This record gives sequence, C-alpha cells and structure tokens, in this order.
Amino acid sequence: MILYLGRRLLGVLGVLLAIAAVTFTIFYVLPSDPAAAACGKACSDERLEAIRAHMGLDAPLWRQFADFVTGIFTGRTMGTGQYALRCDFPCLGYSYENSENVWDLLVDRLPVSASLAVGAAVLWLALGLTAGVTAALRKDTLTDRVLMVGAVAAASLPVYFTAVLLIYGLIRLTGLLPYPQYVSLTSDPLGWASNLILPWVALAVLYAAMYARQSRSSMIESMAEPYIRTARAKGLPRRTVVVKHGLRAGMTPVLTLFGMDLGGLLAGAVITESLFGLPGVGRLFYGALTSGDQPVILGVTLLAATFIVVANLAVDLLYAVVDPRVRY
Amino acid sequence: MTAPPATAATAPAHGGGAWRLVRAELRRRVSLQVAAAVIVLFALMAAAAPLISSLGGWGPEEFDKSAVDPYLGGLPLGPLGGVSAEHWLGVEPVTGRDLFARVVHGAQVSLLIAFAATAIVVLAGTTAGIAAGYFGGRTDTVLSRLMDLTMSFPSLIFMIAMMSVARDVNRILLMVLVIGLFGWPGVARVVRGQTLSLKHREYVDAARVGGAGPWRILARDILPGVAGPVIAYTTLLVPGMIATEAALSYLGVGVRPPTPSWGQMIAESVAYYDTDPMYFLVPSFCLFLTVLAFTLLGDALRDVLDPRGSRS
Repeated sequence: MILYLGRRLLGVLGVLLAIAAVTFTIFYVLPSDPAAAACGKACSDERLEAIRAHMGLDAPLWRQFADFVTGIFTGRTMGTGQYALRCDFPCLGYSYENSENVWDLLVDRLPVSASLAVGAAVLWLALGLTAGVTAALRKDTLTDRVLMVGAVAAASLPVYFTAVLLIYGLIRLTGLLPYPQYVSLTSDPLGWASNLILPWVALAVLYAAMYARQSRSSMIESMAEPYIRTARAKGLPRRTVVVKHGLRAGMTPVLTLFGMDLGGLLAGAVITESLFGLPGVGRLFYGALTSGDQPVILGVTLLAATFIVVANLAVDLLYAVVDPRVRY
Repeated sequence: MTAPPATAATAPAHGGGAWRLVRAELRRRVSLQVAAAVIVLFALMAAAAPLISSLGGWGPEEFDKSAVDPYLGGLPLGPLGGVSAEHWLGVEPVTGRDLFARVVHGAQVSLLIAFAATAIVVLAGTTAGIAAGYFGGRTDTVLSRLMDLTMSFPSLIFMIAMMSVARDVNRILLMVLVIGLFGWPGVARVVRGQTLSLKHREYVDAARVGGAGPWRILARDILPGVAGPVIAYTTLLVPGMIATEAALSYLGVGVRPPTPSWGQMIAESVAYYDTDPMYFLVPSFCLFLTVLAFTLLGDALRDVLDPRGSRS
C-alpha cells in the first residue's frame, strides 16, 4: 500500500511536470510578445531589451522553464538590481496585466469556484444517484422509463440554456431569488447558500443526468452478480443487499467519473461563472485569455491539472474502501 | 490512473446479424425513428445549407434594416421576434439578419466540426487502442501512459487557451484538431479493453496457427470484433462534440463572426433572452434537439451492438 502510494505520487509529479512543460511551450513560444505589450507604442529597442531581461524573456526557453519550476518549489527572485522582486514559495510568477502575484490571485478566487463546484457536486450526486438507483431497481417499469427519458433530455441541455431559464424564471419573472452575488461562507452561511443555489442547480442538472444514466447501468450490472443472489439467499434484508452489496460495487465507475468531474470543476467552471457573474478562477482565466496574460493562464492550467490528477489519485485509493474486491 | 483490467469476455458483435438487430430495434421503437429523422434532417440541412437558405430568400450575412425597429434598440418588428413570410424564424435584433438562414448555416459549421472531430477521435483512438491491446508490452505501456496523461489535462481550459492564442489560422480546422486532441483516449480505452479480450479467442489463435501475420489478424479478426462497441461509442461521442464546439464558440474562441455556429448564435442572443426570446430559443432548440437525437440513437446502438457495455 505504502509502496503503491509512493509510486502513484511520483507519477502525479511526473504528469504535472509534463503538463507544465506543454503549457509553457504552447503559451510562451506563440507570437504574442508580452514585453512589447508592456513597453507600449513609443518603445526604443534598448528599453524593450531591458523589459525582456526584467521579465526573464531573454533566456532560452528551457532556462525559463527550469526557473519557473524551481520557483514553484523554492520561490525565486525575479528581475535584477533595483527592480528585483522576491517571489516566495509557491511562486507562479506575476501577472503581466496588473503585476499581482499569480498564486495570491488564485488563492483569492479559489473559494468561489470551490463553493460552486462542491455545492453542485453534492446536489448532482444526491439527485443523480437517487434517480439512477431507483431506475435500476425498478428496471423496465414506468418509473424507470420516465426517469431515464428525463435524464437523456436533461443531459442534452447546455448549461447556458438551463442557466438562462433559471435566471429568467426565478429572478426576472418572479423575483424569488436575488441575482447571485458571492458572499463568503464564513461571513454569512445563509447568504452564501441562497446566492449560490441557482448556479448550483444550473450546473448540477447536466451532471445529475449523466450520473443517473451511469449509476443505473452499473447498478443493473452489479445487481446481476452471483454474490447478490447469495446475499439474498442468506436472507439478508433487501435494503442491506442493495446498499451494502449492490451499491458498493456499482459505485466504482461513478467514482471514476466523479473524480474527473469534480477535479475539473474545482479550478473554475468558465461558462457558469461568467453567466452568473461569479468572481471565480474560471472568470480569472477568461479575463487572462482576453488580455494574453500568460503567467495567469499557466497558473490556472496548472491548478486545474493538479486538481484533476489529485482527484484521480484519491478516487483510485477510495476504490479499495468502496469495493472490497480491490486491493493494492 | 491504472487502466481497469479487461472485463470478462464480451461477445463480439458480428457484421450481418448485428445490423439486422439494429434495423429491428429501429422498426420497433418510434422514439428512435424520430431521433434518426431529426439527425437526417439536420444533416441534410447542414449539407445543403446554401440551397436551403436560398429558399428563404436571405443569405446568412445579409442585413435587413427594415425588419428591426431603430427606436427600440433595434428589436425586431412584428410578433415572435419578427416572424413573417419574409423571415420564417424571425430576425436578429440590430442587424436584421435572417434567423432561418443563420441557423441553417450554423448547422453546417456545428455539425461539420462535430463530425470531423469525431472522425479524428475515432480513427486515432481505435488505432491506439488496438495497438496497445494487441501488441501489449512496451507499446501498451507507452500508449497507456499517453492516454492517462491526455486525460489528466484540464481539457476545456486547455482547448479554450489553445483556441485563443492561435490567431491567423483556419478556425474550423483548428477547432477540429484541438477537440480531437483531447478526445481520443476515451475511444482508445474502450478499444484496448475489447482487443485484450479478443486476442486470445480460439478463432484468433486459429488464424495465428494458420500462419496469418499480425496485420492480417488485426484487419480480419480483431477489427470486426471491436467495430460494434466503437460504432456505439462514436454515436455517443457526437453530442459531446457538438456541445464542445458550442461551448467554445459560446465563449468567443470558436468560429469568428460573421460565420454563424449555434454556440456563437446562442452567445450573442443571451443578452436578449427576455426582450427577444425567439432569438435565443431558435439556436438553443436546434442544439438541444440534435444532441438529444444523437444520445437516443447512441443509447439504442449501444444496447444492441455492445450488450455488456464497454463503458469504462
């Protein structure tokens, strides 16, 4: 187990390095020149060179990348002489746009995206699993048909369509809810939830539908296993059979899906955040794209990749807990 | 993530019989007929976009200032967003461009990208999956690592970023490549699992003993066996591709205006959702219908062609 964990952690590190390298190459090799942008129109060649040197853009690409990676682990000093700037661990550089520390920017925005993702995840798991398991246990009945037709339809709705419907119905038309404005969980838990409920629902509809479909099919599969018949034959109550024997084994594919989805959403749901005007990581990313703010783009990409890779690892470890047949 | 071990033997779907089953299923279920009809309709619409929009008499980029009210912020004149004999589905606010022509041309762009990206994904995924499953050993290790790596990429974020940095290139081609780049591991995993379960079947061993080379075995024995799940998976991939294209265009990094695509039309119309709902509903409904139809058809195909399901 320890050995397995160690090997996996090394793998995680390798994957993150590879992703950083790819991102770095794509966004730093491309035509846009941040030094020229920072320098403005009336720019002498000398001044441009100076800015390049200050930004570290004059060094060869591998050197820039090495500096970047070292910066993440140990912090680094950016620029030279009187402009030298100490960037502490974990250093992701400074935004070209407003010279803010990228790490601070991310930390600042993360609670919003995390609130959105986790809240929506709770909602879609509850909805999706209930619907999926119910449909599986009542396979080929009317309940099953209705639930699954609903799931297919809901899975076909793009999130911006659901969001606009919700905004129109619950905010503009009836005024039941306020237009979402993020308040932090710690300062006002009730306000936090009531402001986020619409974005949660908008995001959860799509995922709940996918989870209902997935959990139905894996539940049907696991309920057909011989050990379920054994459990029934032993005279265990139906509830125990379904929950402890069927559901546990049937959850592994759902768990895989969940790790990927939650990991991907933690670092920002770009469309949902921009529709509801939530100042999360997704919005930060979108803003950085429009202004060509490469350090921020790189930072968000790395953060997102970290979440995905770590979530996948967590899921793999959880397999052993959920499904007794899995051992490491 | 370690790839799950191949599940117990899956019965390969065999050519003729499987298609008979598909046809029988299609005859039996009305919902599938409707889904197939919707797909054919939209595909025809996309293929013959210029012809069809010329029936309406307007091009997708033609302005019609007489159809909008300059004193009301350019809202369309007339009921339902300007529906009239002239403009069958109404017009866009401000520009007065014909919605019917734009939605038809939008179908062309959206479906072209979705189909082309799907083709790339399926081709690359099947090749990689068969190679990994059949040759095993180092080939398998390298390819499986590559799949894991690709799947660890935050794909939407990466797609958005790549689309936004590349400036002077063919947007449609770029979008196809970018979407394809992140889609292949899904197919590859399904095919790899299927190949693993097939490669030591008696009939494959028999071919090997009979002196068939690896290429012959791959083409004659393995490929037909993986075709069923791949076809089902492909049909279920298309709606995802359509949605991805729409999402990218929605975010403004997809096709460039004035070229219409559904996602881009929806993005432009969101601001008008309560003043001109028709403008918002027309492209949204097309997107919804197409995605729904492909999902329904894909589900049915999977039930028939891939009975035990290769959903990983």
